[in-house]
Amino acid sequence: MTTGAREHYLGQFAAHRAQLPGASLPGLQRGRDAAIERFAELGLPTTRHEDWKYTNVSALERRLFATFTDVAPDGAAEREVARHALDGMHRLVFVDGRHVPGLSRIASLPPGARVGSLAQLVATQSDIAEVLLAVESEPDANGFAALNTAFWSDGAYIDLAPGVVVDEPIHLLFLATRADLASFPRNVVRAATGSAATVVEQYAGVDDAVYLTNAVTRITAGEGARIAHTKLQQESGRSFHVADIRAAQAADSRLVSQSFAFGGQLARNDIATRFDAEGCDAKLVGLYVGSGRQHHDHHTCIDHARPRGTSRELYKGVLDDASRAVFNGRVIVRPDAQRTDAQQSNRNLLLSDSAEVDTKPQLEIWADDVKCAHGATVGQLDADQLHYLRARGLDAATARGLLIHAFAADVLRDITHPGLHARLATLLPGQLPEDMGKLRCELLPTS
Amino acid sequence: MLEIRNLHVTVDDKPILRGLDLAVKAGEVHAIMGPNGSGKSTLAHVLAGREGYVVTAGEILYRGRNLLELAPEERAREGVFLAFQYPVEIPGVANIYLLKAAVNAARKHRGEPELDAMDFLALVKAKLRLMEMDESLLYRAVNEGFSGGEKKRNEILQMAVLEPRLAILDETDSGLDIDALQVVAAGVNAMRSPERAMILVTHYQRLLDHVRPDRVHVLAHGRIALSGGPELALELEQRGYGWVEAKAAKAAEGAAGVPS
Repeated sequence: MTTGAREHYLGQFAAHRAQLPGASLPGLQRGRDAAIERFAELGLPTTRHEDWKYTNVSALERRLFATFTDVAPDGAAEREVARHALDGMHRLVFVDGRHVPGLSRIASLPPGARVGSLAQLVATQSDIAEVLLAVESEPDANGFAALNTAFWSDGAYIDLAPGVVVDEPIHLLFLATRADLASFPRNVVRAATGSAATVVEQYAGVDDAVYLTNAVTRITAGEGARIAHTKLQQESGRSFHVADIRAAQAADSRLVSQSFAFGGQLARNDIATRFDAEGCDAKLVGLYVGSGRQHHDHHTCIDHARPRGTSRELYKGVLDDASRAVFNGRVIVRPDAQRTDAQQSNRNLLLSDSAEVDTKPQLEIWADDVKCAHGATVGQLDADQLHYLRARGLDAATARGLLIHAFAADVLRDITHPGLHARLATLLPGQLPEDMGKLRCELLPTS
Repeated sequence: MLEIRNLHVTVDDKPILRGLDLAVKAGEVHAIMGPNGSGKSTLAHVLAGREGYVVTAGEILYRGRNLLELAPEERAREGVFLAFQYPVEIPGVANIYLLKAAVNAARKHRGEPELDAMDFLALVKAKLRLMEMDESLLYRAVNEGFSGGEKKRNEILQMAVLEPRLAILDETDSGLDIDALQVVAAGVNAMRSPERAMILVTHYQRLLDHVRPDRVHVLAHGRIALSGGPELALELEQRGYGWVEAKAAKAAEGAAGVPS
């Protein structure tokens, strides 16, 4: 019998435990030890778990990845950084899970804003690092999160003192350059009262390498804080990507979460936020684009634990060939959370008979004075619209491409940073099934 | 310009057009009138190449070519334009983008260079004034949130910009208030030219008060039951369609069993 994921990663942990960040810090090591024990208990999720019913990760029982590399990044990483860099942003680059200072660029930050490598922070200011690592660190919900807690090698920390506003977005770029490697990025955002920042978390891989990214991001937004988090997933076409993003919001805070899922053969995103006090606001937007045999899964959860919270959610999917997507949108309105206003929408465009989507709104409403609405659609391109465009002289392929693009580009509306908006607008046509290379995005309405 | 011979069309296996003949020459404006369900809109859709309309017999020649073998976009590029009865809303696609893509698709087809942004905008702005439309409509999504009148004007704007050889207006007058009707009529009249043919499909006489047709045809039971000059429209306005229909039904009875 071959070794499964459990035995493999337990062995990896035993072999590399001493090389992980904070090995000399008993508190941190206890956390890692507890996590690997939890992983030993949980193992990887199977389709018998309700939350993983439509996403089968059994391939990861057979395909086992190394968890450690000491090979320094080569020129390929530098070229990738040049390709993905965004002007006018702070940038932290991580290659195969490790921070590369030479490729990063943190311009002057306002006083009270601290941004950097979590591993480095552990090495230099372990007390602060331990506090940050405790952010939203309730027991890991599944084997992937537990693996991350046990193995995390590096990641970004963003620590904002009260009232600090970082105008330039902070671009976290995670590059995978090696096949057969698992990387475990861990990011922490702590935004104190009245602070604000925009974080772009991007994953990109080279060629068709098979690797695993298992990422965790924890966000805590203090009273009145405003955090915009844009996730951009462009992993290699054969990679596995599992990510868990969780936020907790204090009174009157605002979270904007955007998730663009383009790459990977199997990609799973858990995105959750919890309103811990009154008057919170969350906007969750997503776009997944699948072709070939790609599998995209988004599980979102908005926990209205306290009154007067507002949430808006829009997820869209474009699926071609035999690709498959899962959207599970959970909204909890606790008994206390009166005057909650929640809206959710999931719209899917299927471009092939073999494409498939499982969409499930999951509303759990325990309060009575609430406004909650949800809707899900799965459809094909509109024949009337196609005909109208063709009747004006556009060939069928252009008409299709234009309609697909219009459907997808809708989710770019809320991207306020001009540089990021321009990058996504440029990137989008190339991600879509029809060749939209000549499409003039600037002519599409943006409001 | 256009010659339709013995056209038979079915929709969902139901015969709608049953031996329609029509010839329209360059420079002429023809009105196709008739009661609801007589096949007026079917004719318009067949000319534009809409899927689901099956031609079971007959032929359509456009400038001597078999129109039916052309894809909808090829017809458009060859100069056939249909102003839709129900213009389609296309969220996310700016009006100006569609106009530009349409103009350049036709230019490319004719072997002409594409218009640059400046020339294109100048062209569109001139046509906007003709249609008394606000420039802001260019940057809104195609027909999205447009009022009924705005949609119809937008169709005529597209026609004015594309300058087709053969324009078919499918009930463009329906749902228009009198001001919008006059604007649309002015747009249509401005487009009349010796090189262009127009077919106005309409239920009512009122558009014909503003656009004087050369010929008026009455469609009943899937064929042209009656043709005449502009005075025929006035007669229909007074007498209704009943007497024409009765005549056509009688003719159809006589023709029953005779292979077409």
